[in-house]
Amino acid sequence: MTDYTDRLRAAARRLLGEGRVDCFIGYRRGSLPLAAQPAILTRAEQADSLIWDPSCGMNLAHYAVGRADRIGIVATGCVSRSLVALALENQVARERLYIVGVPCTGMLDAGALRRRFPGREAAAAAYEGPRVTIAFADGNEELAVAENLARPCRTCAHPNPVVADEMLGEPVASPAVPAVPEEAAAAEARSAAERWAYFCEAFAHCIRCYACRNACPLCYCPTCFVDESRPQWVGKSSDPTDTRTFHFLRALHLAGRCTDCGACERACPLDIPVRHLTSRLNAEAKAIYGFEAGLDLEERPLLDRYRPEDLNDFFK
Amino acid sequence: MRTRYYERDAFPPAVAELRRAYRVFVPVRRGDFHAFAEWDDSVRPDFDYRKTRVPPKGLVFPQSERLLVFSTDERDPEHDILREAPKDFPPQAVVGIRPYDAMAFRVLEVNFDTPEVRDPWWLRRREATTLIGLARADEDATMFRTENYAGPFDERGLDVIVYDLGRGYLAKALGEKGEAALAAMGGDEPAADALREVEERIARAATPELPAGRLRAQPAAPELPTGRLRAQPVVPLFEAEFWDEVAAPCLNCGVCTFLCPTCWCFDIQDEVRKQEGDRIRNWDSCMFPLYTLHASGHNPRGKKTQRVRNRFMHKLKYYLDKYDRGVMCVGCGRCVEACPVNIDIREVAARMNGFGEQVERHDR
Amino acid sequence: MIARDRNPYLPYPVRIEEIITETGDHSLKTFKLVFLDPADEARFAFLPGQFAEISVAGKGEIPIGIASSPTEKGYLLFTVQKMGVVTSHLHSMRPGDRLGLRGPLGNWYPWERMEGRNVVIIGGGCAFSTLRSSIVYMTDPSRRPKFKRLTAVYGARCLSLLLYSDRLDEWKGEKSGIDMHVTVDAMQESEPRTPRWQCHVGFVPAVVKEKIKDPTDAIVILCGPPAMLKFTLPVLKEAGFADGQIYLSLENRMKCGIGMCGRCNVGGKLVCKDGPVFSLAELGELPRET
Repeated sequence: MTDYTDRLRAAARRLLGEGRVDCFIGYRRGSLPLAAQPAILTRAEQADSLIWDPSCGMNLAHYAVGRADRIGIVATGCVSRSLVALALENQVARERLYIVGVPCTGMLDAGALRRRFPGREAAAAAYEGPRVTIAFADGNEELAVAENLARPCRTCAHPNPVVADEMLGEPVASPAVPAVPEEAAAAEARSAAERWAYFCEAFAHCIRCYACRNACPLCYCPTCFVDESRPQWVGKSSDPTDTRTFHFLRALHLAGRCTDCGACERACPLDIPVRHLTSRLNAEAKAIYGFEAGLDLEERPLLDRYRPEDLNDFFK
Repeated sequence: MRTRYYERDAFPPAVAELRRAYRVFVPVRRGDFHAFAEWDDSVRPDFDYRKTRVPPKGLVFPQSERLLVFSTDERDPEHDILREAPKDFPPQAVVGIRPYDAMAFRVLEVNFDTPEVRDPWWLRRREATTLIGLARADEDATMFRTENYAGPFDERGLDVIVYDLGRGYLAKALGEKGEAALAAMGGDEPAADALREVEERIARAATPELPAGRLRAQPAAPELPTGRLRAQPVVPLFEAEFWDEVAAPCLNCGVCTFLCPTCWCFDIQDEVRKQEGDRIRNWDSCMFPLYTLHASGHNPRGKKTQRVRNRFMHKLKYYLDKYDRGVMCVGCGRCVEACPVNIDIREVAARMNGFGEQVERHDR
Repeated sequence: MIARDRNPYLPYPVRIEEIITETGDHSLKTFKLVFLDPADEARFAFLPGQFAEISVAGKGEIPIGIASSPTEKGYLLFTVQKMGVVTSHLHSMRPGDRLGLRGPLGNWYPWERMEGRNVVIIGGGCAFSTLRSSIVYMTDPSRRPKFKRLTAVYGARCLSLLLYSDRLDEWKGEKSGIDMHVTVDAMQESEPRTPRWQCHVGFVPAVVKEKIKDPTDAIVILCGPPAMLKFTLPVLKEAGFADGQIYLSLENRMKCGIGMCGRCNVGGKLVCKDGPVFSLAELGELPRET
């Protein structure tokens, strides 16, 4: 995967240098060994600060929203899907986007690594091909990236960009993906009471920092419903009812729109499985309507279209 | 000054003795992280923890707190008159708090206990709180030192400091509250070698070596670079060009502020159920646009850069200038660890500190 | 100021005694409030320029400048523009309804400096409230001798949006003790009120340029919308007023009103506690973020 870094830098240098784009959105090395930081470059000389490795997990589509200039952006499958969804909702203009596509083999899950090496602190990380070497104070660990993927990457059906102006490599094979994501399937097996108990427990320690919402590229409302004061839909205290209402409503607002990039879970400081709710809705959208968000620039969003054959047996 | 020694296994039962006179809060494991929880029969303390994800700030300054109550029922002769929410402030002991989190209360107190006005809830809960700290040289690589955190043996914010000596713990009372707590915990007089070992460990920590596993090839300063900040004129620093670059990746979430042990901003909201009303104080975040939005629609900090700048300027410059007691940061590194886009206060501090000086910025 | 031993979050209970609709568009109303416990009035000792948090149980609080003068006893006046959740609800309330009142909060116009000097008062729009308080305070027979020449410029968009029409008649009178200039941006064709006195037509800065020419031994207090401030300040500077002679009252979003909740800061200063009144000289040393 690391070989893409040079190609990515060359692409950004060329695009900015030739004036093809006004900015280039990518990642640079973070201050922590397993972190990459989103960066918005405006000059060709900055291109060498770009990196590409399995720490580049935060969805960059977020940074394309609300910009009026011509944007170059590096995109994996999920970033490209977010861009498509945003273009369909008129939040980005396709003609002002130059998408540099990267076939993606999945991003690391820092939380999983923390669980795997409890109490040990990564001092540095080096990526080579499909493997990562993590340096700890008491010795190195070499791991297969594929065995330590973030949850959405484990069941990703669209690792290749669905739209791109140029590609940095040959498409990778899509992994065999269960029809229903593991989390959704697990939820399915539970009774309603068990699901409720699970949900209450899983979200009990939410601190309402809204990192899940703010990291989500599709959560772009100028004023989120939780911030509305007239009327005030949700209380602002840490009352569990209000916290649950926030998560439920946010998930429902993403029904038929979520591209399952997992930015919400990645951003959560408490490792709350925020994505369970949206992945369940995604499974529903696919099962009932055969719809997956952000795959096709020509296809209107699920809740923005009507077909005579759409399921309608909820009419009683 | 009372000192007591506990064998490793004898320490939790000694802490349990406190439950007779205090509500006792202890670190417990919760999923991948640790959190402070009241020690009842459903939790097991884990004193080997390193850092809680959410700081124990909420034990004195809760995330949500009912301040006032009222009735909107016009048949009630006292309707629409606000009164203090009835509550008591039983003695509470926070056992196992780390020195940086304890120092955070000293950073916070200047906001709530001022020469002009005093926050009654803060005062009463702070008064009722005894901080029994855990001292162990296990700083992680995201931590750093500031004027308000001198290292893992910093006892300034504590009522009792408990040194982890491996085979056991040595506890030292640091004032009246601490004496009382330690008396309630029982324990033995420490042997001379335990006292000597504490001194050795402190001496070793006083010459800070880089903790094992530092992040970078080039050593990051264990002190937050803030030495030049006091002399920096505020307006040029505020107008510095680097703020746009610092803020560019920010998502405007509240992670850094909600996980910060020294952030104090809050919001006040009324909530009414049927005809019973509460006036509630909730943590707020300067990262949220709503925080400063005027009813007219005008927002003095409507842009992301303005909010990010305000957060760092408040912590590292305004607080420093205003109170003359260091920066508003105890070096816990939670914001560094948990920021979804890796905005690192150490790098921002370095930029602010070096502003106006031709400093060579090392490439990342 | 709130006494240090008092819970600063606990409002004094008050009753709405009277509601005066100030403007033709009903967007501004003045609320006359009396304390349910008369003893609270003495606890609420204030100076013009200060504000209070008006509390509507169940809706929240809103910081509003005190429009009445300490020389007006037995009641307090607050002029409130209908804007957000709390103010909209306030506008729907009736005499007899209960409110809470927290304060007095913030600092005041520089009364010690103003005594023995010429005072210029410049206000625009609904921000005139604390200036009303100041004018009533200074023109009170017991206090008028403490000040030299008093000059005021007050502007609104049109006649129907002028506040305190009862007082304007008085201030425009010959024995008012103040040289009062009232101006409207434009004269509407069908004005409901026709004042007995002469009214300028034009923006506040233009009237200031014409009428305020002598900075000698003078203090200016200003309160108004950003556009008014932006264009008036250069006029004053041109006339020779120094930054230390000019005082402004700022507004920011506030919650606690006592300097704790954080949001109203301009640089290291808190508008609710260190302000709302700042001299231009003080503001010059602060980051520009209003």
